[in-house]
Amino acid sequence: MSAQSLVVIGHGMVGHRLVQNLRQRDEADRWSVTVLCEEPWAAYDRVGLSAYVGGWEPNALALDGNDFAGDPLVELRVGDGATAVDVAAHTVVSASGATHPYDALVFATGSYAFRPPVPGADLPGCFVYRTIGDLDAIRAAVEGRDGERAVVVGGGLLGLEAADALRSLGLIPHIVEHNDRLLSAQVDAGGGALLGRLVTDLGLHVHPGSRTDAIAPAGDGLAVHLTGETVLDAAVVVFATGIRPRDAVAGDAGLALAPRGGIATDRAMRTSVPDVYAVGECAAVEGTCYGLVAPGYAMADAVADRLLGGDGEFPGADTSTKLKLLGVDVASFGDIHAADDGALEVVLSDAAKRTYAKLVVSDDASTLLGGILVGDATAYTTLRPLVGSPIPGDPAALISPAGATVGAGSLPDDAEICSCNAVTKASICSAIADGACDLSTVTDRTRAGSTCGGCLPAVKQLLASSGVTLSKALCEHFDQSRAELFEIVRATRTRTFSALIAQHGRGIGCEICKPVVASILASTSSDHILDAEQAALQDTNDHFLANLQKNGTYSVVPRMPGGECTPDQLIIIGEVARDFGLYTKVTGGQRIDLFGARVEQLPQIWRRLVDAGMESGHAYGKSLRTAKSCVGSSWCRYGVQDSLSMAVRLELRYRGLRSPHKLKLGVSGCARECAEARSKDVGVIATETGWNLYVGGNGGQTPTHARQLAGRLDDDALVRCIDRFLMFYIRTADRLQRTARWLEEIDGGLDHVRQVVCEDSFGIAAELDDAMESHVAGYRDEWAAVLDDPETLERFVSFVNAPAEPDPTVAFDDSGPRKVPVLVGMPEFPAANA
Amino acid sequence: MNTRTTSPSTTAVLDSPDRSPVSVSPAPVPDAAAPARRPACHPSTHRDAGGWTPACAMHRLLPGRGVAVLLRGGRQAALFLLTDGSLHAVGNIDPSAGAAVMSRGIVGDRGGEATVASPLLKEVYSLTDGRCLNVPGLTLPVHPVRVEDGVIHVGPAGADSPGI
Repeated sequence: MSAQSLVVIGHGMVGHRLVQNLRQRDEADRWSVTVLCEEPWAAYDRVGLSAYVGGWEPNALALDGNDFAGDPLVELRVGDGATAVDVAAHTVVSASGATHPYDALVFATGSYAFRPPVPGADLPGCFVYRTIGDLDAIRAAVEGRDGERAVVVGGGLLGLEAADALRSLGLIPHIVEHNDRLLSAQVDAGGGALLGRLVTDLGLHVHPGSRTDAIAPAGDGLAVHLTGETVLDAAVVVFATGIRPRDAVAGDAGLALAPRGGIATDRAMRTSVPDVYAVGECAAVEGTCYGLVAPGYAMADAVADRLLGGDGEFPGADTSTKLKLLGVDVASFGDIHAADDGALEVVLSDAAKRTYAKLVVSDDASTLLGGILVGDATAYTTLRPLVGSPIPGDPAALISPAGATVGAGSLPDDAEICSCNAVTKASICSAIADGACDLSTVTDRTRAGSTCGGCLPAVKQLLASSGVTLSKALCEHFDQSRAELFEIVRATRTRTFSALIAQHGRGIGCEICKPVVASILASTSSDHILDAEQAALQDTNDHFLANLQKNGTYSVVPRMPGGECTPDQLIIIGEVARDFGLYTKVTGGQRIDLFGARVEQLPQIWRRLVDAGMESGHAYGKSLRTAKSCVGSSWCRYGVQDSLSMAVRLELRYRGLRSPHKLKLGVSGCARECAEARSKDVGVIATETGWNLYVGGNGGQTPTHARQLAGRLDDDALVRCIDRFLMFYIRTADRLQRTARWLEEIDGGLDHVRQVVCEDSFGIAAELDDAMESHVAGYRDEWAAVLDDPETLERFVSFVNAPAEPDPTVAFDDSGPRKVPVLVGMPEFPAANA
Repeated sequence: MNTRTTSPSTTAVLDSPDRSPVSVSPAPVPDAAAPARRPACHPSTHRDAGGWTPACAMHRLLPGRGVAVLLRGGRQAALFLLTDGSLHAVGNIDPSAGAAVMSRGIVGDRGGEATVASPLLKEVYSLTDGRCLNVPGLTLPVHPVRVEDGVIHVGPAGADSPGI
């Protein structure tokens, strides 16, 4: 039983930080905690509020651990804010009427958004921008008003955020700012001027030096009257004119307030009343309120420390900011207004590149005092920790594009890398020295990068420079890499996962190593992937030979080599789609995808497709997908080679080939490149004198153009080169590494691969050729084989005890332009056994 | 108003004769508001909501793989046979995605603790207590399992009955 009760009023980011920190450190369970959360959502990432737009999913903003699940010493009362505090009786009354006695009380009530006393500011259609609830209300108000104007009053950080959100909602934002520039608190006139230009280019309208005089109803919207004659019609008005500390309950309870608002505290965050603290935006620390999360966290940490008997104090605040607003990078740090006597400014303004950078340095140019970056803020991560430190070299070099870049490695030990969580370089380095050898472990242990993530590049640099060799182990069950396991399987002829893990690994495996080994076993033999023990290793796609979709149904893709399909096959596909109610879509790989099939329907669907002469398209596998093609010289007046025949030949040759990741091929009949072959893992482009072969093209997250491996090849030479290239990749690539990344990382790069494939520098060409020949010879349609095997077919059921009962949670909505899955969840029942 | 369709419920092949199949009412849904998305359920199913459901014979299970079981009362469990012969059952609905897919996840272990990974976004759950090991706050209900005369039975989640 805990000795003492702590009540925390407010579950915002800072209140959450306080409770989390306290519970983490309170090993003796000295405190039980009651958290009174007024909003209907537990602590969420208010800094990232704009990310709510689009997804509209409150849970996506939830802070880690914000439900305190499994912690019996924290009672979180969501939607039950505090209404009154009796400091004499040491009790708090909450909205539900409950009374909560306390030994210690912390106000973490944050701020409210300020509405200026403008006539009409309370009209329907006027909003503030502070909570999830505010965004929901704005969303509801602008629904169906695409293309209309929205006025944002205030051009600070929040105003730009709000404008960005309104733009995402399809409105045209106009920002009214009474200063002469946007972000007047963060950037100087030069930076502000560039920012104004960049934002205007993005289609926003800025009204600098304007005040809002009145707002009046006008039609189904509002008319916003600015100083002078300007009147802006608007669907909605959003005020982003600053925040005010929420100190009403504290004031009513008799706590001293600061002259300009906020609960007065000392640096220990103690209020005027014993046992009562205030943290975050509602606290006025020695008269000053801080509207940023990082100082709030520091206050929370100080109080947690004091509750546990320490003497923590608020160390003061770093008001540095880096943000990306409307796609524009803006950062400011340290003393940007050069207030110090004799401070010097170094400015680099590049109108052509649209970047602006200013450093403020001491009068002898030896110490960095602050800076502003607009347009490109990449230097922020390394510059901000240097504030107050000697500058390594010429200050201009720090912001000059041609100058030396400062690595995190050259920073002093006490440089703060993560300002959100006040993590220094020294603590990150000591975590690394203690064995944290990847980004997520460093973040877990130090909290660096867990809030805004802006410092993650610097943390990565520190990891890289500390000499940590990133482990190549596949997962906790195998110390080997995928390539090493491939060689073990090949050399030892191991054919089962159980034998491999018994000999070379530990445990029973996991969702990482099982599919990798399944893929290696498939690449090294022609066994059916659902044979014997292999079936249990397969990811669900390979297990059911179809592509899992978000609602648990599957999509089905029959193979259409080179994109060719006969009219009869098209008719069968259409009939199958119609009879099973499937949604159809043409894929990027020139074939037809049929969506919405339930597990138990897959064999029936494939029975009809196989009977019509079609086969698996392996759209579900880490394997060859398609060979995309143009019609080539057979139809096209520009074609110089028969690209279609070549595409069909290649697709039929490599169909069913399992690989570290999916493989895509493209064949173009001339240099016009209609098949987009250079975006494929293997791209073939026809010339008058033969085929040019390109490899390593990828779409994906980092698009890469394929590079030429060989040129002017005849048909057979082309096929031989591709055989070897693919087999070499399959043997040596890492798990889920596509050819582009493999070529980047393999020692010697493309030149090395060319030597192995074209010049046989390793002497393994014959082996690679044989491996591919045996794949081609052993190919059999996976679906036809399943349909012939009653035992495997038995697995294609919805429920083992009700094989034909459709999953009751699967439903579709086809009222819109296309059929879409609807998640209906489980039926709800009254309490069991009632 | 949306019209929602679902495939008509075919006759359920169930071990329990007194159980009516749960069906999603095909249409019309009276109100497009969120609560109406819950499919209607047959009132007579309430009675059995707490009982044990016969799932299948032991030999139907593939070691290291799961199957879905439609429980009395309409809930679903994911039943797994591990390679060590142990049986585990957890809720079949992926708590993060809301789809009934957990039975199709890959089982494994984390430091010796038996796990299943969601086939959708690969969150990893303990088969012992249902907690998610890599995303805080997610939990799967855990169902007790027993074998009688070679037939596996799955009990209601949270029932105080030892697994096997």
